[in-house]
This record gives sequence, C-alpha cells and structure tokens, in this order.
Amino acid sequence: MSKTITILGGKDKTGRPEPIDSLQIESGQIYSIVGFTGSGKSQLISDIEQMAQRDTITERKILINGQSPDYSTRYDPDVKIVAHLSQNMNFTLEMGVKDFLHLHGECRGIKKSDSLIGEVMEYANTLAGEPVREDDILTSLSGGQSRALMIADIATISNSPIILIDEVENAGIDRRKAMDLLAGKGKIVLLVTHDPLLALMGDRRIVMQNGGMNQILTLTDEERKAEYLLEGFTEKILTAQNRIRCGESLSVEDLIYIQEESLC
Amino acid sequence: MRKPKVIIVAGPPACGKTSVMIHSIKCLQRLGIKTAVSKIDCLATEDDQRYAGIDVPVIVGLSGDICPDHYFVVNLEEMITWAGGEDADLLIVETAGLCHRCAPGIDKALSVCVIDSHSSIKIPEKVGPVLTTADIVIIVKGDSISQAEREVFRSRIRRINPNADIVEANGITGAGSEHVAKLLLDRKDATDLIGARLRHPMPTAVCSYCMGEMRVGTKFQQGAVYKMDFPCGKGGGERLCQKQ
Repeated sequence: MSKTITILGGKDKTGRPEPIDSLQIESGQIYSIVGFTGSGKSQLISDIEQMAQRDTITERKILINGQSPDYSTRYDPDVKIVAHLSQNMNFTLEMGVKDFLHLHGECRGIKKSDSLIGEVMEYANTLAGEPVREDDILTSLSGGQSRALMIADIATISNSPIILIDEVENAGIDRRKAMDLLAGKGKIVLLVTHDPLLALMGDRRIVMQNGGMNQILTLTDEERKAEYLLEGFTEKILTAQNRIRCGESLSVEDLIYIQEESLC
Repeated sequence: MRKPKVIIVAGPPACGKTSVMIHSIKCLQRLGIKTAVSKIDCLATEDDQRYAGIDVPVIVGLSGDICPDHYFVVNLEEMITWAGGEDADLLIVETAGLCHRCAPGIDKALSVCVIDSHSSIKIPEKVGPVLTTADIVIIVKGDSISQAEREVFRSRIRRINPNADIVEANGITGAGSEHVAKLLLDRKDATDLIGARLRHPMPTAVCSYCMGEMRVGTKFQQGAVYKMDFPCGKGGGERLCQKQ
C-alpha cells in the first residue's frame, strides 16, 4: 500500500502556474478539498486518480512514494488507487449483505473472508443509526445503512489507499467515526465538500480557485471549537427533523435554545 | 490520400457511447489529433449534431430495415475513404448495437465496448461478443453504484475478457477520458482494413421476415426458421415430438 502521494502543481484555468506547487499527503491523513463549483475540485481528484504525469489539462504530476508510477501501476485497471464514496451512490444488486461481501472478497483474491465479513458488519453497525444484518438484501438497505456498509467495506475489503468522499450527508451515519475508521486503517481520505462541518473534519484543507490549488490551510484550535459548535447545530437540526417525522410541532423556543446553548 | 486509423465503438443503446467519445475526442484535439466520426444508427439520430458541436467532421448512416452491423460492414470501405478526404488521423465508427448477437469488431482495427454499469452489472455476459471481443472496455455510469459493486463488476468483465484494457469513465464530467484518449492513440494501429476479418460472424438473417414477409404463421415462413423448444406437445408444433 502506498504511503505518500505527492501532487506537483501545474496550471490553473488561465494557464498560470497554480499557487501551490507541491503537496505531500501521508497515509492516515484527512484532507478536505473546498472551493466554489467550477473551481477545479473534480479535476484535482481526476488527476490523482489517473496519476497524471503532466499529461492532463492541468499539467499536474502525481508521485507515489516520491516516484513516478511505472506503466503497469498507472494503467493496470485492477490497480485503482482511489476508492469512491458519494451521497448519490446506491447498491443495485439484489443480494444478501453477507453473500455480497463474500463475492467482493473473492474478487479481491481473499480466500477465507468469514472473519473479514465479521469485521465489516461490526464497523457498519458502529457507523449506522439502525442495525445492518447479514441477511438483509442490499437494495432494501436505507441510505444510512448503505453508506455505513460502503464505508466499512472500503475500509476492510477494498485495497485502494486513497478514499474520496464526495458530499456525504450527516443523516443516518456517524461521519466523525467513519473518518477515524478510514484514517486509522492507514487510508488517505480526501473530502470534497461544500458542507462546513465535513470540511472541518479534515486535518488540512485544499482551497481550490480558478482550476488551481490556491491555499493549504491547517485546522486551527479555533476551528476545532467551531467544529464542535457546528456539530451542536447539526444535532439540533437532526432533532428538529426527528420531531417533524414523529408528527410533533416545532417551536421558536427550540431554535433560540440552540443559539443560547451554542454561544455559552 | 490519407488513411485514418479505424476505431470501432459499440455498446448497448443509450449507454453513453457518444458522451464518452466526445470527451475523449476533445482530449485528442488538445494533442493535435484530427478525428472524424461516422455514426451508424437504425431509425434516427441527433448525435451528429453533438459531434459537429465540437468541430468534428461527422457522417451519419441510417440502416433502416437492415441490421446496423451488416450496414456498417458493407459501408466501411467508403467511410474510410471519406474520413481520409477529411484529412482525419482517426476514424471513430460509432455503431448502433442492438441485439448483441454479434459484434462489429474487425481483427486488425481497435475495438471499443462501452458498457453501462447499471444495466449490465448483474450479467455482463449478456452483452456478448461486443464485450468479449473488445480491446478496450469503457465502464460508464459507475459513479452512482457502490465502490464494492464497481470492483465486483470490473472483476467479472476481467474474467470474460482477460485481455482488454478496462477503463472507468464519466460521460458527464469527462473523468477518465484522458486515459481513453491515450489508449485510442496507443493501441493497435491498422489503417488498411481491406481483407481484414470480422472478429465474430454477423447474424444469420435469412428468414421470410428479412425478405419483407408481413403475414404471421408457420405456413408463411421459409428459409432459416428456428423454433423455440417447448415441453412436448405444449408449443403446438410437431417438430419437437419426433423423438417419441
């Protein structure tokens, strides 16, 4: 498994060298990638995914463990360095969870996958709000259960060293625990997001502008507090969501209470 | 006159062949490669306008009543001549792809199969020779299925076509198209296809209905007529009961 990924800067949309000319990411680190729509977030991911060698539109160069990847690493379709997870992904196979995990294990050349499947189920159930069972059918899982199972599977069975997480909603899954699980497994986690809470889950964040990497910011202590407050807001929004689901009424006082609690 | 390298692109209807090709052609344009496109369809197409929109010379062939793969191979020589006249380095022939009984691939020419991970994930085998004879398999629409399913799907394709380059691409964002463009340039380089051979036989289409018969019923059927197997006596025919 790769230990470091180095991104050597290329050009922004106007053809000027991008402000960040070199960025090294170590395994176990979490980076968020932020910026307006069209700022170049997807292209950055695409460059990493195809291990660009000054041959994409941005002219960036990607190094794995400090070296250019050889031809087979770059083009062997069975070596994918980036695994994806996004909010609009679904399971589409009409299969039991356990059977599917077996099948996935087989595809990865894992012969005896029973203990691994136990591990996946355990992680999935730590992350999901509602339990995931081995004989549940994939397509009947809720959004939260699906996301939890996808993350647990990526952490355990997929062998891609880099995990790209694209806008995963807070509802139904513990995102903080998910990040810790993936980083703890030595994965590099890249979070592409417009959600401030998700953005603050990165140890560092890459600010994209006009197609180029414009700044690298490190999470400050102040922001750690802000993250805590944002979590409080989000919690309250989820509570409000639940009350509405339960057929209860919301009062203005609930919202004022959010403010008072957060500011103290 | 110039002889362009021929690339045949096939795959199930509406799987996203044109979208992924348009992104890849744009990458080729940045490298100074000139591409011409021939679009073969059955009844109607608007894809020629999409290709024309990125300044690619394009010609449309509508096969009408005829199998589009037959129509394609009958017209291939003329398409190559046309593309040469357009001063193209590459000729991409995008075929209609309908029944999947056969494949339009030609042994010396680069053969590309575009496959939709949603519609084909359960049984990639049903895509048939289009997939198994391809040099490059492009998987599209993988961004909305789980990573685990993508890996399973890729491994199944690898099993039924061990030699192809497999690429995941996104026809909307263009992700993966640079890799596709590189493969289109690097792999197989045949320009003279006269005398080259089809990779898979074309379907046998010589029954009465191929010849314009409109009436329904066994007594109107002549030529290569293949009847389904039914349990003895249940299908009404006599042919299958002969053993008894």
